[in-house]
Amino acid sequence: MADVKKIATRESYGNALVELGKEHDDLIVLDADLAGATKTGIFKKAFPDRHIDCGIAEADMMGIAAGLSTCGFVPFASSFAMFAAGRAFEQVRNTIGYPHLNVKIGATHAGISVGEDGASHQCNEDIALMRTIPGMTIIVPSDDIEAKAAVKAAYAFEGPVYMRFGRLAVPVINDRPDYRFEIGKGILLREGSDLTIIATGLEVNSALEAAEKLAADGISAEVINIHTIKPLDEELVIRSASKTGKVVTVEEHNIIGGLGGAVAEVLSEKCPTKVHRIGVNDRFGESGPAVELLHKYGLDGEGVYNNIKAWLQ
Amino acid sequence: MDNKELKRIANQVRKNIVTGVHAAKSGHPGGSLSAADIFTYLYFEEMHVDPKNPRDPDRDRFVLSKGHCAPGYYGALAEKGFFPREDMKTLRHTGSYLQGHPNMNDVPGVDMSTGSLGQGISTAVGMALAGKLKKKDYRVYTLLGDGEIEEGQVWEAAMFAGNHELDNLVVIVDNNNLQIDGPITEVNSPYPIDRKFEAFNFHVINVADGNDFDQLRAAFKEAREIKGRPTAIIAKTVKGKGVSFMENQVGWHGKAPNDEEYAVAMADLEKIDEEVNA
Repeated sequence: MADVKKIATRESYGNALVELGKEHDDLIVLDADLAGATKTGIFKKAFPDRHIDCGIAEADMMGIAAGLSTCGFVPFASSFAMFAAGRAFEQVRNTIGYPHLNVKIGATHAGISVGEDGASHQCNEDIALMRTIPGMTIIVPSDDIEAKAAVKAAYAFEGPVYMRFGRLAVPVINDRPDYRFEIGKGILLREGSDLTIIATGLEVNSALEAAEKLAADGISAEVINIHTIKPLDEELVIRSASKTGKVVTVEEHNIIGGLGGAVAEVLSEKCPTKVHRIGVNDRFGESGPAVELLHKYGLDGEGVYNNIKAWLQ
Repeated sequence: MDNKELKRIANQVRKNIVTGVHAAKSGHPGGSLSAADIFTYLYFEEMHVDPKNPRDPDRDRFVLSKGHCAPGYYGALAEKGFFPREDMKTLRHTGSYLQGHPNMNDVPGVDMSTGSLGQGISTAVGMALAGKLKKKDYRVYTLLGDGEIEEGQVWEAAMFAGNHELDNLVVIVDNNNLQIDGPITEVNSPYPIDRKFEAFNFHVINVADGNDFDQLRAAFKEAREIKGRPTAIIAKTVKGKGVSFMENQVGWHGKAPNDEEYAVAMADLEKIDEEVNA
C-alpha cells in the first residue's frame, strides 16, 4: 500500500476553496483560529481579503456567516467538527438551519482519527446532531477527489450544507474516469450478492478492503459509498438490501444517529432487512496515533472484516 | 417627521402590541412596549427601507436580537406598510406568518430570523462586515435586551465588531432593567453596560430616556458621525411603557392581558392619543 497516494480531506477542502475562490468573488471563508489545521490557511494565502478569522468564537462565527449569506456572500464557516457541530449546534440550528440560509460548514478533524488530541477533540456525534436539523445537507467525502467535488457541489447548491472532513491522510480511491459526484446519490463501488456494506468517509476504503478479504473466503460483498448522509440515497440502499438481504454500515462515528441510524431507519420502515452497525460503539475516544486507534476500534479494513465475519456466523 | 407624528405612530405600535398579544393569549408585551419608540424611530426616521422592495440589497438592515419582542417589531413593520395592521390579530396563531419569534422567510421586512438570545447581534455583525467588504453604504441596526447581554455570544460579537471597526453598525440596548426572573441587578447584573461596550472599542451613547424622541434623535444622529468604531446606544426605557398596569412590572415580561386588562390597556393608549393630538 506504500505507493498509494494519500491525502487528508481537510487538505482537499483548503485546495478546493482556492480553486472555487478563483472563479467566484462571492465565496468567503471564515475560521475560528484554526486556519492552519482546517487548511483554510491555504485559502487565506491566496485570498487574504476574503478570509475572516473570527478568533476562538465559533458561535459568533456561525452568526457572522449567516449575516454574510443574506448580503450576497457564500460563506464557508470552518472549524473542528467538535466545535462546528457541537459547540455551535444551536447557532447552526436556529440561525442557519431555521432560516435555511446559504451557509456551508466545513468541519474538519471528525471522528477518532483526530488521533493524539484524544476524546475531547474526537467528534463522533456530529452527523447525528446535524441530521436532526430540518433541511440540512450532510456530506462525508471518502477521499481527496470526492472531497474536492463535494466542496464544489456545496458551493453550487442553494441552502445549508455540513461537510465532514478528516485530519488523517487517506488513500485516493475515486481516481477513475467515470467518477461523478452528485449530492444525494450514493455510489455502487463493488457488486456482490451475499451482503451489502454501506460505508461513508474514510471507512469506504476499509469497506473495500474488507470486501476483498471476504471474497477470499467466498463471500460476495456489495460495497456502497454513501457520501451524502442527508438526504440519503434511499433508492440505492433499498435496492441493494433487497438484493443481498443483509446490510452492514461502517462509519467513523457513534453507531447511534449517524450513517447506521439513517440506514436502519429507512430499511426498518421500507424494506425490513437485517442490519449490523459498525462504528464507534457509544463510547468516547482516546489519545493515540490515528492509524493505531482505527485498528484498536476495529475500523480498519481488517477490523471491519473480522466484525462482519463474526456477525455472519 | 416631527415628534408629534412619531408619538402618534408609536402609540399605534403600542396598540398593535396589545392587540396582538391579547389575541394570541401569550407573548411578550413588556419589552415590546419599552422598545416601541425605538422601533418607531428606526423605521420612520432613521432607516432607509422600502415596503415595496423589502429585499433591496442597498437597504439598511435591522436585526431584532431580542426576538421575543416580535410584537413591537411587527407592530412597527405593519405601520410602515410591510403588511396589514389587521394581521396583528393572527399573532402566534397556527398557520400565521406572524410567528412568536420573527421568521425572515415569512414576514416581509424582517431581515433575520431570531429568538434565541445572543445570536442576532452576530448576524448583524455579519451584515455590517458584508457592507464594508462590498463597499456599500447601508447601515445595520440591532436591538438587544439588557438581560440578553448576559449571553456570552454578545461579547464575542462585540469583540469582533470593535476589532473590525464596523462603524456602519449600531447596537441598541433596551435597558428597561427587568428580565424574566427579576431586576437585572438581582439576576446577574450586566452593569456597567456602557463601560463594557467602551472596552470593546465601541463609541457609547447613554440615552437617559429611551422613550423620548428628542433624545433618540440626538443619539442616532451622533452615531452616524462616528467613524472607525461601532456605536452602542444604551437606552434607559420603561418596561411596559404606555400601559399603566404594565409599567415597570416584571410580571408583564411574557404574559398576555385578559379581556378586562385589554380594555384598560387600550383605554390607556386612547388617552395617550388624546394627549398627543391635543
